[in-house]
Amino acid sequence: MRRLPRKLLLNGTGLLVFLVAVFPVFWMASTAFKPNTEIFSTTPKPLPSHPTLEHFDLVLNGGIAEVSFWEYFRNSAILALVTVLASGLLSLMAAIAVARFRFRFRTTFLIMLLVVQMVPCEALVIPLFLDLKQLDLLNSLAGLVIVYIGFAVPFAIWMLRGFVAAVPRELEEAAAIDGAGPIRTFFRVMLPLVAPGLVATSIFSFITAWNEFIFAFTFLDDQTKYTLPIMLQFFFGRSGNAWGPIMAASTLLTIPVIAFFLIVQRRMVSGLTAGAVKG
Amino acid sequence: MLDTAPAVRRAPGRRTSGRARPRRRPRFGPYLLIAPTVVVIAVLMFWPMVQIGIMSFQKVGNRQLRGEPAETVGTENFDKIFNDPFFWQTLRHTVLFAVVAVSLTLVVGTLVGLLLNKLGKRMSSFVAGGVMVAWATPPVTAAIIFSWLFGTTGGLVNWCLDLLPDFLVGGGWSDYNWFATPLSTYTVLTVCVVWQACPFVAVSVLAGLKSVPGELYEAARVDGSGPWRTFWSLTYPMLKPIFLVLVVMSIIWDFKVFTQLFIMAGMANRDAFNLSLYGYSEAFGSLNPKLGMGSAIALVLTLILLVVTALYVRVMVRQGETR
Repeated sequence: MRRLPRKLLLNGTGLLVFLVAVFPVFWMASTAFKPNTEIFSTTPKPLPSHPTLEHFDLVLNGGIAEVSFWEYFRNSAILALVTVLASGLLSLMAAIAVARFRFRFRTTFLIMLLVVQMVPCEALVIPLFLDLKQLDLLNSLAGLVIVYIGFAVPFAIWMLRGFVAAVPRELEEAAAIDGAGPIRTFFRVMLPLVAPGLVATSIFSFITAWNEFIFAFTFLDDQTKYTLPIMLQFFFGRSGNAWGPIMAASTLLTIPVIAFFLIVQRRMVSGLTAGAVKG
Repeated sequence: MLDTAPAVRRAPGRRTSGRARPRRRPRFGPYLLIAPTVVVIAVLMFWPMVQIGIMSFQKVGNRQLRGEPAETVGTENFDKIFNDPFFWQTLRHTVLFAVVAVSLTLVVGTLVGLLLNKLGKRMSSFVAGGVMVAWATPPVTAAIIFSWLFGTTGGLVNWCLDLLPDFLVGGGWSDYNWFATPLSTYTVLTVCVVWQACPFVAVSVLAGLKSVPGELYEAARVDGSGPWRTFWSLTYPMLKPIFLVLVVMSIIWDFKVFTQLFIMAGMANRDAFNLSLYGYSEAFGSLNPKLGMGSAIALVLTLILLVVTALYVRVMVRQGETR
C-alpha cells in the first residue's frame, strides 16, 4: 500500500528535474517565436500567444550582420566536417595501434593522451596565435581546422580504443587464414565492426568543432570567415537586448547539436568516463 | 612495467593477455599508426606549451608581431604580476568560483544520478534525455540564454523574484542588474556552469551505480540502513574511482572557464576577470598586446592544472586504464 505514493514522489521529482534541465533551452526557443510586445511584456508567458517567424526571417535574411547567415553556417559546417574526417582517420589508426599491439612507449602514449586532454586551450591560444601568424594561417579556416583536429584527436582515440578492442581477433585471424592481406582484412572486418564507434566519436568531434569559441574568436578577423558562435557573440555584443533575433540565432545554432548529442549520448558517457566505470 | 599491473576490474571485450601474438607484420607497425597523432600533439600542444614557458620571460608586443625578435626580460613579467593586487583578485575569483561550482555540480549531479537509478526504465531514460539537452547546449548559447533569463527588461528571474513576497527576498527586483557587480555576475555564471556540468556527473554516477550488485543494497536494506548511511558506507566507497575522476575533471573545467564569462562580463568589465580572462585580455584585449604577460598568467593557470592532472593520471594508471 505504501509503494504507490513513493513511486509518485520519485516520478514527480524526476519530472521536476527534467523540466529544470530543459527549461533554459525551451525558453530560448519560445522567445525566438514571440513578437517583441510579448518578449518585453511585464507578465512573461511560457509560450508565445501569437507565434511569429519575424526574428528567424531577420536572422536568415541578413538583417543582423554584413554577411548572410548561411555564410557563417557554411564556415562552421566546413570546419566541423574536416575536423571529423581528419580526426576520425588519425584516431582510428592510433586506436588500432593501442588496442591491438603491445609496443614500447604504449603506456607513455596513453598517459600523454590523458595529459593533453587536460591542457587548457585558453592558455595555448596565445602561442598558437603567434605560430599561425608566422605560417600565415591566421584569419583562415585552414589554420583553425588544424588546431581543432589537434584538440579532437586525443579524446577520439580514448573513445575508439574500446570499440576496436571489442572486435574479436578471431574474425581477423580467420580472414588472414583465408589469404586476405592486412589492408583487405581491415576493410572487410575491422571497419564494418567498428563503424558504430566511429559514428559516435565523429559526432563528438563534430560538436567540439561546432561549439568552439575562443580559437575562432581570436584567429578570425573577417566577418566572411566567422563561425556561428562568433557571429552569435558579435551580434549579441552589438545589439544590446534584441532578444528575439538573438534567441532565434541561438536556436539555429543549438538545435543540430542537441539532435546529434541525443543520438550518441550513451556511448559518449562511456568514452568520457574513460572506463572508470567498467560495465 | 605497468602492463603487468593487475587491473581493478576488467572491461568485457578488452583482451587481457599481456602478450601480443606473433604477427607477420613488421615491428614498427604500431609506431607508424600512432606517428601522425604524436606529430599533431607535439606540434599543437607540447610545442606551444614550451612556447608559453619561453614567452613568459619575454616581452612580446606589437613590434614583435611585426617580426622583430622578442627581447628577454628575465622575471619581469612575473614580478609585475605577483606585485599586482589585481592578479591576486583574479586568482581569488578563479579559486572561489571553482570551489563553489565544483561542489554544487558534484552534489546536485550525484543526487540526480541517484534519482535516475531509482526511477523506472522508461522514466529514467526520459529524464536522462532531458538532462542531456543541458549538456549539449553550446557554451556560447548557454551564456546568452542565462544573460536573457537574468536580464533587466523582460528577464524571467527578476520577474519571479518580484512576485515573491518582499519579506523573503526584498523588493525592487524588476530592474536589478545582475551584471553590475562581480559577485552577482559570478552567481549567474555559477548557475549557468552548474546547469551544464551536472548532466555529466549524473550520467557517470548512474553508470557507476549500475555496476554495483543489487544484493549489496538488499543487504543494507535488511540491516535497516537509511539512505544517508547507505550512500556513505556503500555507494560512495564503490564509486570512489568515478568520483575522483569527476572531481578532477570538474576542477579543470571550472578553473579555466572562459567562454561563458567572456559573454557575460566581456573584456571591458575587468572587475569580474578570472585567470583565463585576465591572461587573454593582457595578450589580446587591447591595441597594445602583451603576449609575454599573457603567457606568464597562462603559465600560472597551467601549472595549477598540471598538479591536478598529475593526480588524475595517477588514479587512471592505478585503475589499470592505461593498460
